Amino acid sequence: MTIFGHTISMSQLYGQLLIGLINGSFYALLSLGLAVIFGMLTIVNFAHGAFYMMGAFVAYFLLHGLGLNYWWALILAPLIVGAIGAIVERLFLKRLAGFDPLYSLLLTFGLALIIQGLFQNYFGASGMPYAIPKQLAGAYNLGFMFLPVYRGWVILASAVVCFATWLIIEKTKLGAYLRAATENPTMVRAFGINVPRMVTVTYGFGVALAAFAGVLAAPINQVRPGMGADIIAVVFAVVVIGGMGSILGSIVTGFVLGVIEGLTKVFYPEASNTVVFVIMAIVLLIRPTGLFGRAA
Amino acid sequence: MDLEASIITADMTRQDRRVSGIAFAIMVAVIAIAPFFAYPFFVMQAMCFALFACAFNLLIGYANLLSLGHAMFFGLASYVCAHAAKVWGLEPVSAIVVGVAASAVLGFITGALAIRSAGIYFAMITVAFSQMVFFVCVEAPFTHGEDGIQAVPQGRALGFIDLSNPWILYCFVAAVFLFGFLVVQRAVNSPFGEILKAIRENEPRAVSLGYRALQYKLAAFVLSAVIAGLAGATKALVVQNASLTDVSFPTSGEVVLMTLVGGMGTFYGPVVGALIVIAMQNYLAQFGEWVTVIQGVVFVACVLAFRRGIVGELAARAKVSL
Repeated sequence: MTIFGHTISMSQLYGQLLIGLINGSFYALLSLGLAVIFGMLTIVNFAHGAFYMMGAFVAYFLLHGLGLNYWWALILAPLIVGAIGAIVERLFLKRLAGFDPLYSLLLTFGLALIIQGLFQNYFGASGMPYAIPKQLAGAYNLGFMFLPVYRGWVILASAVVCFATWLIIEKTKLGAYLRAATENPTMVRAFGINVPRMVTVTYGFGVALAAFAGVLAAPINQVRPGMGADIIAVVFAVVVIGGMGSILGSIVTGFVLGVIEGLTKVFYPEASNTVVFVIMAIVLLIRPTGLFGRAA
Repeated sequence: MDLEASIITADMTRQDRRVSGIAFAIMVAVIAIAPFFAYPFFVMQAMCFALFACAFNLLIGYANLLSLGHAMFFGLASYVCAHAAKVWGLEPVSAIVVGVAASAVLGFITGALAIRSAGIYFAMITVAFSQMVFFVCVEAPFTHGEDGIQAVPQGRALGFIDLSNPWILYCFVAAVFLFGFLVVQRAVNSPFGEILKAIRENEPRAVSLGYRALQYKLAAFVLSAVIAGLAGATKALVVQNASLTDVSFPTSGEVVLMTLVGGMGTFYGPVVGALIVIAMQNYLAQFGEWVTVIQGVVFVACVLAFRRGIVGELAARAKVSL
């Protein structure tokens, strides 16, 4: 098959599709976390990339410091990093409640600099390897291609967690309180629900999603301080394309854009880094509130 | 503050005029004597970043638009100016003009797309666009990737001003800086600036009075891109290279920090802030990555406790506008 002057083999196409799906898994988890936090606190969490990186580092320390394996890390890292997020919300973000949301944005921006700077100080810029757990080593032969088990697992785990989050927010009582508190916090407080605590937990949860993505990413990409900063601009573009209003929108957009990016690598590799931003420009031209977003 | 109030208070009183005259005279005097006390190269760099911060401040301070991708204008103009001077052999002033034109075009395209959103959306869109420009600069052949454009000739401005003489270069950079600074000040104090502030305070009301808010915001965005480009192009001639750092996300963050530390919405705040941040980078360079951590701490401290910034705080205490 020849397109745009590139000769393309089918195995290459499937390979890039798979990589696209994996990147999409990370985009979906990260933009979902951003959407959850935005919904409740109406702030953009610039430190999201830093928390993603922390998730990977916590997994690394658990393995090499405490001897706790990948499966422990998958549970503990989101809890630990989420707790740190909750503390950050209580200590800093809470104080900025009545101010212009731009101040909270700048605050999380400063936090991202601090976290990334500290990690870079202690671990340098280079990456540290994190081994694939032995239960997930190897590959399936699907007939038309080899699917490394770990990569299949990442896609599956991300899809399940995204779907579960959507279920909690849209279908459970807790989710209903959450959505109600987004619309009218004062009214929800009048019903005796502790809204400030809910805000803290929500921020912690959004951060935990980022950390979960970080643990998933650790065996694929190396664990390094710059990993969050590299991915965050693309995730912002994904969020802008999907529109901030929608939980489902952020999940779908994340996966779809990952795949589009992967396909671009096959058909026109020069544009693979910029394709998401070009799509963002086009979407902004046609629908300034994003594909799934509601008018502000 | 509603529309009439903002126009009345913005009308400069005689005292304001005197204060602003004195402040400007002090700044010129400081620039004149600075090279005898500090390393001239450092002062020139600080002036370029100060102008960059003034451009950024035009948006955040007077239109309440937070651009987190302003390095794209600074960096692109820097690359284009360096390329024009080195490869096309243009004299410095023309090279700067070409660089500024490039960032004006980029400002118009990105601005037209971003300006329909406000607040945090606007901030995220600018981040994404600047990342896109960064990737283009990594891949484009004329930027030479990681190496950047090196050994940019300083040449003779307008054919007779020899910029390779450090003292003449210093005067040239000072002139560019003061010119850019006065353009920003003039724009803010003009009817255009008043309408911009009116839109910031109450956009629906300004629109109902017949002002096309989007066009005013876009004009402010392009003007900001032009001034940022002027700063970037001049910097390329001062340091004689253009590199990926100038177009990268950390540079966008630094210009926010400069403006925040000095004081958003003040004329002299960005200048003071730039001086502090550049000094911090130079004198703390030996601590490596700790500079990033310190910048982050300053960020958090400013946002939590010191939102008016240094100049903003001084101006508020003395009850003058600076």
